Amino acid sequence: MTLERDFDQRLLEKGISRRDFMKYCGFLTATMGLASSFVPRVAEVFAAPKQRPPVIWLHFAECTGCSEAVLRSMYPWIDELVLEVLSIEYHETIMAAAGHQAEDNLRMATKKYEGEFICVVEGAISTKDNGVYGKIGGRTFLEIADDVCRKAKAVIALGTCAAYGGVQAAKPNPGGYKGVGDALGISVVNIPGCPPNPINLVGTIANYLLLGKLPAVDDIGRPLFAYGTSIHDQCPRRSHYEHDEFVEEFGSEEAKQGFCLYKMGCKGPDTYNNCPIAKFNDGTSWPVEAGHPCIGCSEPDFWDKMSPFFEASE
Amino acid sequence: MGKRITIDPITRIEGHLRIEVEVSGGKVVNAWSSGQMFRGLEIILQGRDPRDAPLFTQRSCGVCTYTHYLASIRAVENAVGVQIPDNARIIRNLLHGAQFQHDHIVHFYHLHALDWVDVVSALKADPKKTSALADQVSEAPWGGTAYFTQVQQRIKTFVDSGQLGPFANAYWGHPAYKLPPEGNLMAAAHYLEALRLQAKTARMHAVFGAKNPHLQTLVVGGVTCAKDLTPDRIGEFLFLWKETQDFVRKVYLPDILAVASFYKDWGGIGGTTNFLAWGDLPLSANEPESLFLPRGIIMNRDLKGVKMAEESKVTEHVAHSWYEGKADLHPHEGETKPRHGDYDTAGRYSWLKAPRYEGQSCEVGPLARVLVAYARGKKEIRKVVNDTISKLGIPVTALFSTLGRTAARALETVVIGDAMEGWIMELVGNLKKGKGDTYAPWTVPKSGMGVGLNDVARGSLGHWIQIEDKKIKNYQYVVPSTWNLGPRCANGKLGPVEESLIGTPVADPKRPLEILRTVHSFDPCIACAVHVIDPDSNQVYKVKVL
Repeated sequence: MTLERDFDQRLLEKGISRRDFMKYCGFLTATMGLASSFVPRVAEVFAAPKQRPPVIWLHFAECTGCSEAVLRSMYPWIDELVLEVLSIEYHETIMAAAGHQAEDNLRMATKKYEGEFICVVEGAISTKDNGVYGKIGGRTFLEIADDVCRKAKAVIALGTCAAYGGVQAAKPNPGGYKGVGDALGISVVNIPGCPPNPINLVGTIANYLLLGKLPAVDDIGRPLFAYGTSIHDQCPRRSHYEHDEFVEEFGSEEAKQGFCLYKMGCKGPDTYNNCPIAKFNDGTSWPVEAGHPCIGCSEPDFWDKMSPFFEASE
Repeated sequence: MGKRITIDPITRIEGHLRIEVEVSGGKVVNAWSSGQMFRGLEIILQGRDPRDAPLFTQRSCGVCTYTHYLASIRAVENAVGVQIPDNARIIRNLLHGAQFQHDHIVHFYHLHALDWVDVVSALKADPKKTSALADQVSEAPWGGTAYFTQVQQRIKTFVDSGQLGPFANAYWGHPAYKLPPEGNLMAAAHYLEALRLQAKTARMHAVFGAKNPHLQTLVVGGVTCAKDLTPDRIGEFLFLWKETQDFVRKVYLPDILAVASFYKDWGGIGGTTNFLAWGDLPLSANEPESLFLPRGIIMNRDLKGVKMAEESKVTEHVAHSWYEGKADLHPHEGETKPRHGDYDTAGRYSWLKAPRYEGQSCEVGPLARVLVAYARGKKEIRKVVNDTISKLGIPVTALFSTLGRTAARALETVVIGDAMEGWIMELVGNLKKGKGDTYAPWTVPKSGMGVGLNDVARGSLGHWIQIEDKKIKNYQYVVPSTWNLGPRCANGKLGPVEESLIGTPVADPKRPLEILRTVHSFDPCIACAVHVIDPDSNQVYKVKVL
């Protein structure tokens, strides 16, 4: 009860009512595809975890956009994720330590929490020429991943780069970049997207904290709760598609009316993600809402398979 | 020979950076900056549809997510010869302004502040005194003894858990930390508040740009968000802008002044010599004359001698980078062959090239922009600069420093943020008059060349594109962190960060906090700073653009 009171107090201090919080937990629970009876348990996970699970977050060939996306998380806020929900043992972008002290943190956490920690990987791994194209502290990305990922309880590949190689793996893939599962030949949970919606990471972690296991995934490692349905099938502009109402030029009257973007190159029919439902940045918008075709960013090899982006797919 | 110290990785930056310094008599006497990653985006672009270039180059960086996107769009528009409608110009400036606000706030609080603020010391603070201090230095909307007691308790609970996470093993207790415990507690509280705020600041991007990071609203010819130019969307943007700019004026700038007052000696450390700004934020179709942030070059710290900067005077050197080829060539004409070798500070030691302006290394970024605007007599900048130096009681020459660089970032945030309100009203004015255009049609030419010169959060950014048979023949970009963090040039002259580190005091070589201060003051962003070539084929680039 004390914990619950503390938690209510904390919510209050942040100007969030308990009602809003429970609503969010309900949304998250629904996003995760769990029964509504799980709502209180989801709330409990974020309210007062008994111990903060250790997370080691590795950055390889990436743009840090996935970390930035997670920084935009509002429920829970990022400071709560860092201070009260998880224990982020290593994360190059936010950690205070640098140089050999930073590398000591990685070594110590890997050893101390061997077999227990969640490893979040952001970015692709160079596999060509023994991986010389990316190094941290004198070790190649490949060496670091091989060492750390194999000691993790679970590996989450966050973003399309970590999942499937991403932009640097687009043809001709000069550095021989691969996703982490591929590069190491291990099984991982993929949370693709460029960047992924932070709710899909939070949902995956909530699943892990709540049920003690990772969520069910499709044949390319993506959690079904988020990637089970195509953008097209969830698109609010779908009825325009059915009625042959298409945008044929940006800025046109049809564009202003929000007609279907299929003829402008929208890859919604071939893309599986929950963007139209979850939206981005606290539900503010998503690409089709802003009048821009979906580029298919949560699909493997989308940089090659979905481009040219402004041409309708066959 | 002094003692060599290597910091690898440099954390709290984007990308993978290694800094090596030689310390003798308690000071840095030599320094080397090395980019440690190669991704290959420029070569990946070859043969693709020019319209796709902005989406690819945007993925150079998810921190300054909007900047390459915009630069690339401008380069393609220059190549195809399209003039965008006024509303598209305004929306792009608004998104760019929001990017400046977001980048600079996050840089100070989350990437840089821990170099000046000792979080552990905050546990010793008296919350009541902290409250009094906060009331004295800022108009922050949160405060009071209860508030600071709660923040302190939160930190204590975290520390007592024994799971220090991202705060473990840092340089806490280092003698170079000068803030009193109360100053540290106030700053730690604002660190947490800024984490919340930045998520809202980023929402501005989502209003007209679908999402942040990696907006999707720019297209060659304009913007796609035609349907979002409604009163409720504009109101949403305005509200988020106001909340952010309130923070900038009432918290960020006062915090900078408060922290700076304890570190005035850093007004004499970490300076460089030459400053370049391409300028940005066009207030009309007339460029570069209408740029809100003006274009210019300052050599040898001679503010009176500020000149118009010309892109044709840029060359790139590879003598100390992992590339073969002749040195000292214009980027469009450069021959580049990659050659990864051992890390050798006497020879080649970085994936970054060394850009030079008339043969000189130049600092780019907030300090360069503020100095150029100041030298050109831009009144908004002159006012904030003069107010700041008089409040701190320091001479204008103290700007040439680590302190000056960090302050300049806050000062331009104030000025850019203030201007955004007028741009929002300009957009509203256009819509009231029935001017709703957001896009101008165009066609891909069979061949063409284009350049986009920009100034973004971290500094001067140029994109160059060559189109042939309606496809990208070649694509090049010279980015801020290459200017700032590049290695020595063929003539052995140091890059700006290398130069800035010389003379920096280092109290404890095992914990080189002082080095981090200066390196972080440049806000390094390495993912995009690496030139890109196919290492297998040793393919030779020949680009002639202008």
